[in-house]
Amino acid sequence: MLDLIAEVSGNLGAVGYGLAAIGPGIGIGLIFGNGVQAIARQPEAYGVIRQNMFIGFALAEALALLGFVAPFVFK
Amino acid sequence: MADVVDVVGSGGFDCHLMSGCGFPAPGTEIFEFTPLVEFSLFGITFGINKPVILLILVSAFIIFIFTVAFAKPKLVPGKWQSMGELSYLFVRDQISRETIGKAGDKYMAFLFSLFFFVFFLNFMGIFPGAQFPVTALFVYPVALAMMVWLVYMFIGMKNQGPLKFFTNMMFPPGVPKPVLVILAPIEFLSNIIVRPFTLAVRLMANMFAGHLLITVFIVATIYLFSPSVIGMLGSVASGIMTLIMTGFEFMIEALQAYIFTLLTASYIAGSLSNEH
Repeated sequence: MLDLIAEVSGNLGAVGYGLAAIGPGIGIGLIFGNGVQAIARQPEAYGVIRQNMFIGFALAEALALLGFVAPFVFK
Repeated sequence: MADVVDVVGSGGFDCHLMSGCGFPAPGTEIFEFTPLVEFSLFGITFGINKPVILLILVSAFIIFIFTVAFAKPKLVPGKWQSMGELSYLFVRDQISRETIGKAGDKYMAFLFSLFFFVFFLNFMGIFPGAQFPVTALFVYPVALAMMVWLVYMFIGMKNQGPLKFFTNMMFPPGVPKPVLVILAPIEFLSNIIVRPFTLAVRLMANMFAGHLLITVFIVATIYLFSPSVIGMLGSVASGIMTLIMTGFEFMIEALQAYIFTLLTASYIAGSLSNEH
């Protein structure tokens, strides 16, 4: 009924991981950018800011890595 | 037993750039290990393979080193005791006191053991001889995450009462009613299902990806080692990248152990207080 005019072929897992890395990349950039700005504004709060930066980084990175592992799970 | 020797050996050590064979890319087979010894107990077959041996060695090493450090404490510490004290104070001040506060000192045994267990299991990924991060197999982070889940659920129910724990979690005070309809199931799912799952997957995926990456660079170094200029350049570059990725992997392993323990302490802190 509909003609196929373009397709992406090859390893779908690699394409899927590439798409999955966009969001966490932006997210981690935002986290650390705002964290560095916060440290510049108030250097004595460095410990609190660093700890929250690491928690935020770990939670955002987990999504990118879930995208990496998913093709191996659903093979 | 599959490891680098077998991956390259699928084309032979003679599989190089100009030999006419394709690049023997490592896949999930480098995470499969044949058991060295098998035995049956109560109808279940147990096998001892390389990750199990590494697990036993790491546990014995941790028990030994901290027993030596804390065995006969003196007022002016010697070498082993001050190293043990520095490790304990690191976990207490940077992880437990920051998230839970002084009330968290009674959970220090769990957090301290968890941090060093995860760190040394991860460290087996770059330790010469072993060179396999034990936590890259999904079962070990799942076991640790289930332990953490049981700990923070039990602490929450003990401190706030079994029913109030769930109502405080799902209906935080000061939230308007229509938002609660969406918020309550999301909070429930997030605390009960999603948290231990992401805890386990985060650790496993980091170690899996790092191990796979280092293996790819090592196989590339051997594969590109051929009598051609571009092959030799590629081989040297892959060798340098292997060293860089090993250093980077060490940092990631330490960071993942720190984050696992930090999130555990954060979940315990959330269970202890009344509002999340």
